[in-house]
Amino acid sequence: MIKKEMIAMLLAGGQGSRLGVLTSKLAKPAVAFGGKYKIIDFPLSNCINSGIDTVGVLTQYRPLRLNQHIGIGMPWDLDRNIGGVTVLPPYEKSTNSQWYTGTANAIYQNIEYIDYYNPDYVLILSGDHIYKMDYEMMLDYHKTSKADITIATYQVPIEEASRFGVVITDETGRILEFEEKPEHPRSDKASMGIYIFNWKLLKEALTLMKDQPSCDFGKHIIPYCHENGKKICAYDYKGYWKDVGTLGSYWEANMELIDIIPEFNLYEEFWRIYTKSDVLPPQYIAEGSSVTKSIVGEGTEIYGDIDCSVIGSGVVIGKGAKVKNSIIMNGAVIGDGTVIDKAIIAEGVVIGNNAELGVGEEAPNELAPHIYSYGLVTIGENSVIPDGVKIGKNVAIFGETTIDEYPDGLLKSGASIIKVGE
Amino acid sequence: MRAIGIILAGGNNTRMGDLSAKRAIAAMPIVGSYRAIDFTLSNMTNSHIQKVAVFTQYNSRSLNEHLNSSKWWDFGRKQGGLYLFTPTITSTNSFWYKGTADALYQNINFLKNAHEPYVVIASGDGVYKLDYNKVLEEHIATGADITVVCKDIQANDDDINRFGVVKIGPDKRILDFEEKPLVAETNTASIGVYVVRRRQLIELLEACAAEGRTDFVSDILVRYKNVKKIYAYKLESYWRNISTIESYYKTNMDFLHKDIRDYFFREHPDIFSKVEDLPPAKYNETAVVNNSLVASGSIINGTVENSILFKKVYIGNNCVIKNSIILNDVHIGDNSYIENCIVESRDTLRANTIHKGENGEIKVVVEKNFRYAL
Repeated sequence: MIKKEMIAMLLAGGQGSRLGVLTSKLAKPAVAFGGKYKIIDFPLSNCINSGIDTVGVLTQYRPLRLNQHIGIGMPWDLDRNIGGVTVLPPYEKSTNSQWYTGTANAIYQNIEYIDYYNPDYVLILSGDHIYKMDYEMMLDYHKTSKADITIATYQVPIEEASRFGVVITDETGRILEFEEKPEHPRSDKASMGIYIFNWKLLKEALTLMKDQPSCDFGKHIIPYCHENGKKICAYDYKGYWKDVGTLGSYWEANMELIDIIPEFNLYEEFWRIYTKSDVLPPQYIAEGSSVTKSIVGEGTEIYGDIDCSVIGSGVVIGKGAKVKNSIIMNGAVIGDGTVIDKAIIAEGVVIGNNAELGVGEEAPNELAPHIYSYGLVTIGENSVIPDGVKIGKNVAIFGETTIDEYPDGLLKSGASIIKVGE
Repeated sequence: MRAIGIILAGGNNTRMGDLSAKRAIAAMPIVGSYRAIDFTLSNMTNSHIQKVAVFTQYNSRSLNEHLNSSKWWDFGRKQGGLYLFTPTITSTNSFWYKGTADALYQNINFLKNAHEPYVVIASGDGVYKLDYNKVLEEHIATGADITVVCKDIQANDDDINRFGVVKIGPDKRILDFEEKPLVAETNTASIGVYVVRRRQLIELLEACAAEGRTDFVSDILVRYKNVKKIYAYKLESYWRNISTIESYYKTNMDFLHKDIRDYFFREHPDIFSKVEDLPPAKYNETAVVNNSLVASGSIINGTVENSILFKKVYIGNNCVIKNSIILNDVHIGDNSYIENCIVESRDTLRANTIHKGENGEIKVVVEKNFRYAL
């Protein structure tokens, strides 16, 4: 008989639109992080390191890259006879065929999947944070506190608490009240969007609330359980936890990895982060190049100068190129003599020779100033940048561009070229 | 599937010195991220050979660890798989493998139970890419009993006299075969890769065993060269054997050349290896790296020139590493100077250590210090 104590459901269907062109063609959990990883590698590695060997990954927005990355789950040892990783896209039903309309609705549509494994507990995860967390310790806490629901919380500075959903607890950790983005927060415990539910309770709640439009954990399911007197506890998580939901926070979290001893240390033997590695050979650093304060992935060939940057696998940096304060993802090619400062360059981008990225004064982005700020140049995957162009700050580029699209060879600060078919 | 694969990885070689003290040559780490046997295993899988047996005897722990899962080379299947054959005691035999032919004979049931008509036998210490199907096709076309893959060795690449040297006739038939000659007649060496019909191989091995003979080269290839049709297949592409310190060093350094790297790593087919999930290599503020290969998990603070750093190498502040190979998981303390050396894996070099290979010699450094008492 199949029986798993706890299985994980990983919500990976969101676009993550605040990452702009980085998620034009792939879901946010499939965005690269820290050179060779993808964001989803962190929760998946946490699962297997915590002893959870059954993970349902709920996909919806642009799932191809996620599907390719996850495969049968081999990199995370999630290729199992019973359990392992299963990708769960929305599907057609005999009476209605709806997309996943909310986080809880996505779980509701997969009750059969969960029931198959007959679990006592279900762990709900989201695919957009960078952290190392032992879910087994959270489960132990859930069991000893005899809670119906446990919510992982993270202590944030009180002045920033108004950006989060915060919880107010009694001295035993039981949650008394919830406040969603409160103006005057009364607590500094922010919800991390990580929940453990007793499956019986969750199934009941999901079934009762099935007609709720856009059924969401934070807005509907948890308030409903709270109103019905269920015991909801807060699990205080004390390690590193970073939201990478905006380009600024994404860039910052990457840059923290190059500190001498980073707060989030990938070099520890304990709690290793796993990923699918297509490229295995060592990296080559050529004569006359220089690499400082940087991390570099496998198979990359560097002929230019790199400083304070995060470079992925299989990248080629041309002769005389100068890359600073930038993130360059897997398979990108940077031409000879090209100068790059403070840019995020997605997978497979090809930048010509003698181009300059990140020049001039900052100006707010004309298209989406709330997304493209922080002075960053953001280039979406497989874009092409011609030789010799100059590109300003707060710029977004997506698609194969030609020299004609750069007036006088310059894309000024705040401008964008975005060629997205759909 | 037309062929099964056999990899002879049992060997040791005194010319590897201290490097082979703790491992079989096939398990030797090479080019930063690989082990020697990865090239042959990848050739097998890229040639769509699905059933592969690895014969090992000498110090096989390191090799066993590397092959603890066959999935990295795609051998984890219902049809076929990867088999590791070490000597065992049976009711009739309690000897080690006395030679390559004996190793095969002791496991003759593996050959008898297979249904594939051909066998590809390869050694585990070659660095090359080869589609064995091409050899097999020529083997069938020439009607050979055994086809031996051969390569012309250039004098500045390696020493011909340490190989089996062959003399090839105009129809590609091997006329003469001499193992490690004092004076080689030609510069064509057997690279230790053979294609043979399975039933033919069983017959030869049984005849060999009945006479108490044990070596595949001297007791089968050399002995039968006039009786059986033994043909040569000429390999024109890159091939190196790594079983001496000089050739091991040279082969690694070859990968500092872009054309060699591109040939192995950027052209189809790929070379596979066990994935270790190490973080990206890290270059701190004082790192100076020139013309070097660096594998993942390494952390560099000092100067590295014309060298190869394997996985998880740590280079301390003010270190200078020149023309050297630093194997896996080596920790080099501050202010150390290493030139023309091969530093054995898992070593810990204390701060201010100096090692230098003099007069064109490569020095093998083995230093066992307790790492965390620095």
